[in-house]
Amino acid sequence: MAVQTKKRLLTTSKAISEGIAQEMERDKTVFVMGEDVGVYGGIFGATEGLLAKFGPERIMDTPISETGFIGAATGAALSGMRPIVELMFVDFFGVCMDQIYNHMAKIHYESGGNVNVPVVITTAIGGGYSDGAQHSQTLYGLFAHLPGMKIVVPSTPYDAKGLMISAIRDENPVLYMFHKGLMGLGWMTPNPRATGEVPEEPYTVPIGKADVKRSGRDLTIVTVSLMVHRALDAADDLAKEGIEAEVLDLRSVIPLDRQAIVESVRKTRRLLVVDEDYRSFGMTGEVITSVVEAAFDYLDAPPARLALPDVPIPYSRPMEQFVLPSRAAIAAAARSLAAKK
Amino acid sequence: MASKKEQLEMHHQMVRIRIFEETIQKIYMEGKTPAFDIAAGPIPGEMHLAAGQEPVAAGVCIHLRPSDAVTATHRPHHVALAHGMDMKKLAAEIFGKDTGLGHGKGGHMHLFDPVTHFGCSGIIGEGMPTAVGHALAFKKLGKDDIAVSFFGEGAANQGSFHESLNLAALWDLGVVFVCEDNAWAISVAKATATAIANNSDRAAAYGIPGVLIPDNDPDAIFEAAREAVARARAKKGPTLIEVKTDRLLGHFEGDPQLYRTKEEMEKLQKRDALKHYEQQLIKAGTLTTESAEQVWKAGRAEVDAAIEFARKSPYPEPDAALLHVFA
Repeated sequence: MAVQTKKRLLTTSKAISEGIAQEMERDKTVFVMGEDVGVYGGIFGATEGLLAKFGPERIMDTPISETGFIGAATGAALSGMRPIVELMFVDFFGVCMDQIYNHMAKIHYESGGNVNVPVVITTAIGGGYSDGAQHSQTLYGLFAHLPGMKIVVPSTPYDAKGLMISAIRDENPVLYMFHKGLMGLGWMTPNPRATGEVPEEPYTVPIGKADVKRSGRDLTIVTVSLMVHRALDAADDLAKEGIEAEVLDLRSVIPLDRQAIVESVRKTRRLLVVDEDYRSFGMTGEVITSVVEAAFDYLDAPPARLALPDVPIPYSRPMEQFVLPSRAAIAAAARSLAAKK
Repeated sequence: MASKKEQLEMHHQMVRIRIFEETIQKIYMEGKTPAFDIAAGPIPGEMHLAAGQEPVAAGVCIHLRPSDAVTATHRPHHVALAHGMDMKKLAAEIFGKDTGLGHGKGGHMHLFDPVTHFGCSGIIGEGMPTAVGHALAFKKLGKDDIAVSFFGEGAANQGSFHESLNLAALWDLGVVFVCEDNAWAISVAKATATAIANNSDRAAAYGIPGVLIPDNDPDAIFEAAREAVARARAKKGPTLIEVKTDRLLGHFEGDPQLYRTKEEMEKLQKRDALKHYEQQLIKAGTLTTESAEQVWKAGRAEVDAAIEFARKSPYPEPDAALLHVFA
C-alpha cells in the first residue's frame, strides 16, 4: 500500500523565498540585497519573511543605486560571499547594465578562469497588466545574447525553488527571472498554476535542463515562463480537436537545452516556438535555428513562431492583449502548423 | 611622516614602475612604424601608461597587504605593480601570452589577480562599486582587510562615484577612494568638465573625510593614505583622497596630444615627481647617488627579466578562446 502524504501547496513567490531561506541557513555567505527586499519582502514577494528570519545584516534594503549595489554584489562575490541581488524589474537594467554585462559576466573569462563571480540577480519579468512599456518586458533574449551569464526562467513553484537553490550554488552569475503573473500575488489576476506542490526539504532543479510539461505526438511547442501555461491551456483546447501538442518548458534560456528541443521535434516533426519576448533576434529565432541545424530532415512543415511584435509594449488593455501571445493565438498557430502537409 | 626605510621603498617602487612603463612604451611601437597600426606589433591594442602617476600608487599601496582588495582603472600598471602583482605575469598578459595573468584573455585593461586581490576595468568609474562590495564582504566575514579604489578625476562625474561613496558611507565600509586627478579626461580638461575645483570637497556630501594632496608628493600621499587606511581597517568608514598628479604621456600611446601645448608638456617633464623625490632623498642623505643608481639598475634588471619572460612565452592556443566563459 502506498504511503499517502499530504501535498503541500505553495505559491511561486513562497517557493522562491523558501529556497533562499534554506540556502541561507546552510551557507552563511549567502545574503540578499536590493530595493524593498526587507520589510516589504520584495515588491513581488520573492524575499517575503526573510528579514524576520535573518535580520537586516543578511537581508539588506539598499538605496536606489543599482550600479552601486549590483557592482557591490560582484565585489562581495570576489571576496568570498554569495550575494543574491534583486533588480526590481528587468526593465530597469538600463541604469546598471555595465556592472552586469561588462563586469559580473566577463570577469571570470578575463581572468582566464582564475576568479569566480557567484552572484544571483533576481528580477521580475512580464506584462499583461497594463504597466506600460518600461515595466512589462521579459528581455531574457537580450541578456542571453551576451556571454557569461546563466539565465533561468521558471514556470512552476516546484521549478522555482529547485532552480533558486541551483542558482545560489552555481559558481557563475545567474540571472533568475520570475514572472510577475506566476508569483501568486493577491494583487495580480489569479493563475491557478501559480500555486503548486513544493517539497519542504531542499532540492535542486538542474540549470540548463528543459522539461516536458505535456507529452504529445503531433507538434512541439517550445516556450518558457508564463507562456508555458498559455501553451498548456492551448494544448487542452487542441486535444479536444484530436491534436496532441507536446509542451517543452525550457526553464533555462542559458544554457539552452538544444538536445531536448531536437529530440522532441524529431518525434513530433513540427515546431512552434512561443515567446513573450520581442520577436526578432531573440529566443524564437535561436530555437528554430537549433532545430534547422540539427533536425532539418525531420521537419514536416516550416517551423512557426509567436512572439511580441517588435513594438514597445502598449499600455491600453486591448492593444497590450493584442501583442501578447494568447491561448487562442497559440491554439490557432498550432492548428495551422498541424494541418500543413 | 614616512620613515627613511619607507621613503626608500616608495622610491624603489616608483623607479621600477617608471622603467616598466617606459619599456612598454618603447616595445609598443615595435611593428607600428612607419605607419601606425594599433593592431600590429608584439603589444597590440590600446596602451594607457601611467608615467608621472607613480607617487599615488607607491604612497597608497605601501600601506596595504595582499589580502586587501584593490580596484584600478584602464591605466592600471602602476597600481598593479605597487600592490605586488607579479611583473612577469603582468608583462606576459600585455603581450597576450598564455603565461599571462589571464592567459591572454584580459589584456592590459582587464587584469584580475587572486594573489593580490587586484582587479581593474576599462569602463570609467565602474571599479568603485566593486570595491564597495569587497569591503562589504570583509565586514560580513569579520576580516580587517580593506578595499582601495583608484579612479581618475573624470570618473568623479560618473553616477557610480556618487552611488559608491553614498553606499560606503551609509554602511561604514572600509574603503579608501583615491582620485588620481591628472587634469585630463583624454582631451577634456578638468575645468571644462567638473563644476568644482577639488573632487575631495565632494566627500562632504557623504559626510566622510575628503583629503586634498595638491602636489603629487609621495610623502604627503603616504601620510594621507596611512590615516585613511587605518580608518578603513578600524571599520570607521571610507575616506576620499584626491591627488593632483601628472600624466606625463598621452591618454594612450599614439595620442598626438593636440589639446596640450608644448609648454605645458615641458612643464610637466620639469616637475617630474620621481626625479624631484630622488633629488630630495639624496639631499636629505637618505639616498646616495650611487645607491640611486643601484635602484635604477635593479629595476632595469627586473623589467628586462619580465619582458624576456613575456617575449619567450607561447601564445595561447587559438581555440582556448572558447574556454572560461563559465566556471
